[in-house]
Amino acid sequence: MQRTTMDLWVGLFVAAGIGALLVLALKVGNMGTYSAAQSYTLMGNFENIGGLKPRAPVKSAGVVVGRVVDIQFSPETFDAVVTMNVDSRYQFPKDTFASILTSGLLGEQYIGLAAGGDEIMLKNGDKIMKTNSAMVLEELIGRFLFNKASEGDSGKK
Amino acid sequence: MTSETLVEINDLNFSYGRHAILKGINMTMPRGKVIAIMGGSGCGKTTLLRLIGGAVAPSSGYVKIAGQVVHELSRDELFQMRRKMSMLFQFGALFTDLSVFDNVAFQMREHTNLPESLIRDLVLMKLNAVGLRGAHKLMPAELSGGMARRVALARSIALDPLLIMYDEPFTGLDPISLSVIGNLIRRLTDALGMTSIVVTHDVQESLKIVDYVYFISEGVIAAHGTPTEVRESIAPFVHQFVHGEEDGPVPFHYPAESYASDLRLRSSFA
Amino acid sequence: MPRRIVIGIRGIGHRVIDSVWRLGRASRFFMLMLLKSTTSLRRFNLVIREIYFTGVLSLIIIVVSGLFVGMVLGLQGYETLQKYGSESAVGTLVALSLVRELGPVVAALLFASRAGSAITAEIGLMKATEQLAAMEMMAVDPIARVVAPRFWAGVISMPFLAAMFSTVGIFGGYLVTVVLIGVDEGSFWSQMQNTVDFRYDIVNGVIKTCVFGVAVTAIAVFEGYDAPPTAEGVSGATTRTVVTSSLAILGLDFILTAFMFRGMS
Repeated sequence: MQRTTMDLWVGLFVAAGIGALLVLALKVGNMGTYSAAQSYTLMGNFENIGGLKPRAPVKSAGVVVGRVVDIQFSPETFDAVVTMNVDSRYQFPKDTFASILTSGLLGEQYIGLAAGGDEIMLKNGDKIMKTNSAMVLEELIGRFLFNKASEGDSGKK
Repeated sequence: MTSETLVEINDLNFSYGRHAILKGINMTMPRGKVIAIMGGSGCGKTTLLRLIGGAVAPSSGYVKIAGQVVHELSRDELFQMRRKMSMLFQFGALFTDLSVFDNVAFQMREHTNLPESLIRDLVLMKLNAVGLRGAHKLMPAELSGGMARRVALARSIALDPLLIMYDEPFTGLDPISLSVIGNLIRRLTDALGMTSIVVTHDVQESLKIVDYVYFISEGVIAAHGTPTEVRESIAPFVHQFVHGEEDGPVPFHYPAESYASDLRLRSSFA
Repeated sequence: MPRRIVIGIRGIGHRVIDSVWRLGRASRFFMLMLLKSTTSLRRFNLVIREIYFTGVLSLIIIVVSGLFVGMVLGLQGYETLQKYGSESAVGTLVALSLVRELGPVVAALLFASRAGSAITAEIGLMKATEQLAAMEMMAVDPIARVVAPRFWAGVISMPFLAAMFSTVGIFGGYLVTVVLIGVDEGSFWSQMQNTVDFRYDIVNGVIKTCVFGVAVTAIAVFEGYDAPPTAEGVSGATTRTVVTSSLAILGLDFILTAFMFRGMS
């Protein structure tokens, strides 16, 4: 008699434990977003990746379509080679533009894909040719000041 | 003392490090008898039981049970032998997380594949033999000391052993429980044809029920004989022990320097 | 004076040798227990019984502490993050701290003091009251019958308890920040889901809890089995279980974290 109620409690305990693990995996973690789906690999060379890190999202039109898996420095071209996994459901034309963007002013950095108009689609292992590096704050300020200076010059004339 | 020998102890020595506990013990225990091993506290009685049960190995000599030398057995063979013997611990050593019923059923469930209905009948029979059939649902914490001892006794006869060892079965019992346990030991031994080894220092109770007595003192057998022989013995140690005299071969005083010098009395006073 | 120093050094040496000796005994005991586990795993209802005592009975303390830890994390995280205008990241903060660190570590610490000490006390008392010796005399191996089921029950319960701790904690954080303070619910969850990675955060967290479960229960059963068979012996062993396993949890946590999250953001 006592044994069966004990079994019931243990059963409930194990079920609650598995339930908690599932909640963690699906609701809290990002298991739903990528690992279950098939994906293909794309690469891109960037002059400067700024603060991009592995596992950063790859977005297109604001939707997460994949993740950065690897960032290497290429000793031949002296730039960064970024490898990303993109969900197989989403295909991108060959002339797609990849840029490193920042969400918000100080938020995390991600790769934004802007689709081009080519008929041919990118395949697994392809390299994205058109890339745009991360904005580095110092460069931005530098460019801004330079523009101001040249504006001032032209205004005088 | 003509019946078949179950336990034979030959020139048994045991020591902890350099400290010799048992020195040259010889005993023969025939089937179907109740044998008492008596002696003062710390004389090595419990160690002797542990040697018989194979819990420790002797320094030299051997214990032979039903023809097998205990300390030469492998662990599996020893466990096989232990199914034929059992031990009643000083305070019963009932499993506190199991009910009285489950305690008695423990060995049957561990060692046999008997159906649960048969186990139930057997357990109730064993409990009935110690008069506690009605208590089978209780937990050990709900039992009095005497009842716990009786349940432990029922548990130790669960698999009808050839040999039962009792480690101080009378300690801490009131006179009624004490004679109940004593009579049970005698009755069960006779009914089941087993051999009982009772380690005790309760002289009066055990002399009533046993067939043969060994006295151990300082690691050797100081005396042995039937209860009648023992009662009439004039050997000083036995006399002191049986009659509970304060001083004798076992001194009242722990060995010490002379009283006078310990109190630093001047020699003129002493 | 030098004599006193010599005695002191000798004392330290004795303690070191003693603890090495003990460590060896513990390892031997652990191997023996693993070898004898097959029988107890075949009779799984023994393990189920112990899961009830170690797992189910630890639930309340785990769930309640998890809720409070999560609520405090939410509150503190909100206080700090709102200074930088990124209070929507509070979900990330609560979830990451719980899943990676606090869930496994705090749950294991609670488990050590609730279930670990109970296991030690139980086995120690069984030893002190000669129940283990009696079992041995009944040709039943106490390591297989008493120790191994408790060990496996602890190992099985621990990951579940830690997962519940983290889940309830995240819910606690949600309660405080979303329901009470009014952080946007959508960004709370989406930020969390964006940053908490299944493989790196959750799986690593679960691996940690498994390691902690093994460590805590192994220490608990060893201390119980090794306890001097007296009342003081058992109470000392219980204290040692809590102290040793807490230190083991924190030490192992550092080592595991260093391995797992090396090179990660």
